[in-house]
Amino acid sequence: MSLEVLGISVLWIFLYGYLIVAAIDFGAGFFAYYARITKREHIMSKLISRYLSPVWEVTNVFFVFFFVGLVGFFPDTAYYLGTALLIPGSIAIILLSIRGSFYAFGNYGPSNNTFFLFLYGATGLLIPASLSTALTISEGGFLEVTDDGVVFLAKELFTSPYSWSVVTLAIVSVLYISASFLTYYAHRAEDIESRVILRKFSLFWSAPTILASLMVFVALREHNPEHFQNAIGIWWMFGLSLLFFMIATFLMYKKKMYGFSFISVMLQFFFAFFGYGASHLPYIIYPYVTITGSVVNETMGTALVIVFIAGLLLLIPSLILLMRLFLFDADYVKGKK
Amino acid sequence: MEFDSVMLSRILTASTLLFHVIFATIGVGVPIMIMIAEFLGIKKNDPHYLVLARRWARGYTITVAVGVVTGTAIGLQLSLLWPSFMQFAGQVIALPLFMETFAFFFEAIFLGIYLYTWDRFKNRWAHWLLTIPVVIGSTLSAFFITSVNSFMNTPQGFDIVNGEAVNIDPLAAMFNPATPAKVFHVVMSSYMTAAFILAAIAAFALVRKKGKDYHKKALRLTMITGLIFAAGTALAGDLSAKFLAEHQPEKLAAAEWHFETESNADLLVFGTINEEGEVSNALRIPGMLSFLSGNSFDTEVIGLNEFPEDERPPLGIHYAFDIMVMIGMYSLFISGLFIVLMLFKRFNEWNKPLLWGIVASGPLAMIAIECGWILAEIGRQPWILRGIMKVDEAATTSGDVGIALAMFLLLYGVLGTFCVTVLIKMFKNRPPEAELEKRYPNGKI
Ligand code: HDD
Ligand code: HEM
Ligand code: HEM
Repeated sequence: MSLEVLGISVLWIFLYGYLIVAAIDFGAGFFAYYARITKREHIMSKLISRYLSPVWEVTNVFFVFFFVGLVGFFPDTAYYLGTALLIPGSIAIILLSIRGSFYAFGNYGPSNNTFFLFLYGATGLLIPASLSTALTISEGGFLEVTDDGVVFLAKELFTSPYSWSVVTLAIVSVLYISASFLTYYAHRAEDIESRVILRKFSLFWSAPTILASLMVFVALREHNPEHFQNAIGIWWMFGLSLLFFMIATFLMYKKKMYGFSFISVMLQFFFAFFGYGASHLPYIIYPYVTITGSVVNETMGTALVIVFIAGLLLLIPSLILLMRLFLFDADYVKGKK
Repeated sequence: MEFDSVMLSRILTASTLLFHVIFATIGVGVPIMIMIAEFLGIKKNDPHYLVLARRWARGYTITVAVGVVTGTAIGLQLSLLWPSFMQFAGQVIALPLFMETFAFFFEAIFLGIYLYTWDRFKNRWAHWLLTIPVVIGSTLSAFFITSVNSFMNTPQGFDIVNGEAVNIDPLAAMFNPATPAKVFHVVMSSYMTAAFILAAIAAFALVRKKGKDYHKKALRLTMITGLIFAAGTALAGDLSAKFLAEHQPEKLAAAEWHFETESNADLLVFGTINEEGEVSNALRIPGMLSFLSGNSFDTEVIGLNEFPEDERPPLGIHYAFDIMVMIGMYSLFISGLFIVLMLFKRFNEWNKPLLWGIVASGPLAMIAIECGWILAEIGRQPWILRGIMKVDEAATTSGDVGIALAMFLLLYGVLGTFCVTVLIKMFKNRPPEAELEKRYPNGKI
């Protein structure tokens, strides 16, 4: 495998990892807030906080890993996205900062403040919306390269149907992924009341997720026909995604195998995400940056790959330990530890 | 001063870094203090130390959160504000930046485990062992990020052909001449600052007569470790000065208002300088600058006049240097004094003036950190990559930096305020005695 394909695959895998863990986290924030204002928090919030407290920082590192890796493997993206994304990027950072710190203030701190929880819930939906614009911009049409540098065409972005379809998809997916996971977690915790509510959420958000995905496809055909054609070329990826969606919803509906149902949700997004990514290639930012044209020099690229492998050898056992202690330890999940 | 996008980008970068470094320093230094306290608690079977470790760890969760989010901000801002720099430097110095994310990852995982497993292991040492990866992770991240900063001061590990970096050697770039002294100094000063901040808290409780045995033990522990780390910091600072004399003489010369190359050069402390470069009111220590630069009064110290005028760093960094060194001396003095009084039973180490002196040492240490970075970064001006790329060539061309600056200043204001109030509330309502009583009712662990 060539260096650039290896590099982008590694990054894409991490972005996928972030997508899943962050969606769980973002959605959980929203559900926690929702539970508070509908006076049902005694049921769900303990459950949510037992899962989130030990892992929120790990979630953030997934994201840091992705963008540091992107700039490392493909330094040109720093130049293009950096110049263009100052304001949207700053807004995303500020939202992430508010979320992370107010989570800690509210959760480890002394007071259980509804305002903190509101910030935490609201940012959970705004962050995916703002981060998804980076993907939208990578489709082309929103940047202009002039003699003075790269200019970001904000007005185009705000009036583009494609951009809004991506934002919608991002938000509903977050709620859907999160609800599916938390249903499973509640099931493990033998917390029936929470499970009943969360299962309803999960079913409620399943149809909008699929509708929003279709909308993205339709809008993409208008916006970037070349990418759309590539996507049709690997239609089976999206077909598999749909299949796993159906398995997941079926199991959820039948109240069976919540764990496998969540794994199916993960596979649903895996195939859609990798289908999207593969058909996006060779462009990172259409039409300016391609993976071959922007890849870092070979020495550095090789060094990054070596470090990456060494890093994984260190991280995977640690992550397994973390999951065994907090995710798969039945007593912890049930709140007995 | 013109507020163009270069200037605004510099101000925004400086604000983010100076805000982040407060939390980063705590983030690097406090884990080792927690490690020591928990060790003593288990070893001596003394619940005081365990409650100490627990309370430090609890406060730490709050500062880590702000450290993580502001760190994420810097990481993204580097690309947003300095796109040309990242495009170029990414080719050469991406390695340690990438490794740093692994260090964070490692630390984040074990910190999560540590905080939520206090009573989950039968053998208490198993829980203590978890501090090791946290200490290693945070110290390694300081190492990696500092090596990036060192690279900006003494870039190497590549050649430039037609404006492009070729013949890249990532390890040579990472282990550049500035790395050893800088890493040593940054790590030591973080450990030291953590010790003095924790000491200041204990001393404050004692001054207010709220403190009991618990706080006395805390103060002894932090003063002893503080003295050790302060000595390490001073040693490392001396190495940093020697490094500058050899590899970055313009920074040292600007910090010392040293214009003519000469041996037996004087060290200036404070004072003022006029337009013509004449110094008044300064305290002169004869030959000391030569001694600081090379361990001998005969060492020749290169003066600022050897450099073209547009490549001289601002002279204001002199004050940052002086303040930092003064605080270094002060911390050695105050912790040394406390320990001497403690060792000789005739004296009372709990007297009020001394305790107030210790209370001051915590914030002072943090001021020294800030001054150190101001010296290091402004002393690199006008370069972003010394000798290769100037700051104004690297900055974004976007016209919106002013808006971003306003948004971030507001954010830091809010985060700072909430962080402090939450921390105060967290400990005010739960005195350690109550916690001791609750967790270890019979005084044993
Ligand atoms: C508690 C904080 C603290 C204290 C007491 C000191 N320093 Fe320091 N100093 C730092 C915290 C620091 C720092 C924040 O860690 C810096 C900023 C950049 C760096 O490499 O370390 C630094 C930089 C720095 C530099 C510039 C290095 C460079 O740009 O490459 C020099 C020459 C010194 N220090 C020298 C000293 C001396 C001679 C001290 C006498 C005791 C001293 N420092 C105390
Ligand atoms: C002396 C200098 C610095 C030190 C000692 C330091 C240390 C730290 C520490 C301890 C954290 C918290 C990490 C955690 O607990 O997970 C942190 C966060 C972070 N720092 Fe800094 N930092 C420094 C400067 C910088 C600079 C200049 C950058 C940018 C290049 C940076 C980038 C980051 C990032 C991206 C994070 C967030 C990581 C995460 O999400 O866990 N740091 N830093
Ligand atoms: C945490 C430790 C650091 C602190 C507290 C710090 C502090 C500062 C300060 C005060 C400035 C303003 C200088 C000026 O405007 O004249 C600055 C500038 C800057 N720093 Fe650092 N710095 C740190 C480490 C780093 C590292 C590791 C990097 C790179 C990865 C970095 C990149 C920059 C850049 C790009 C600028 C703007 C250009 C310039 O003015 O030189 N800094 N920093």
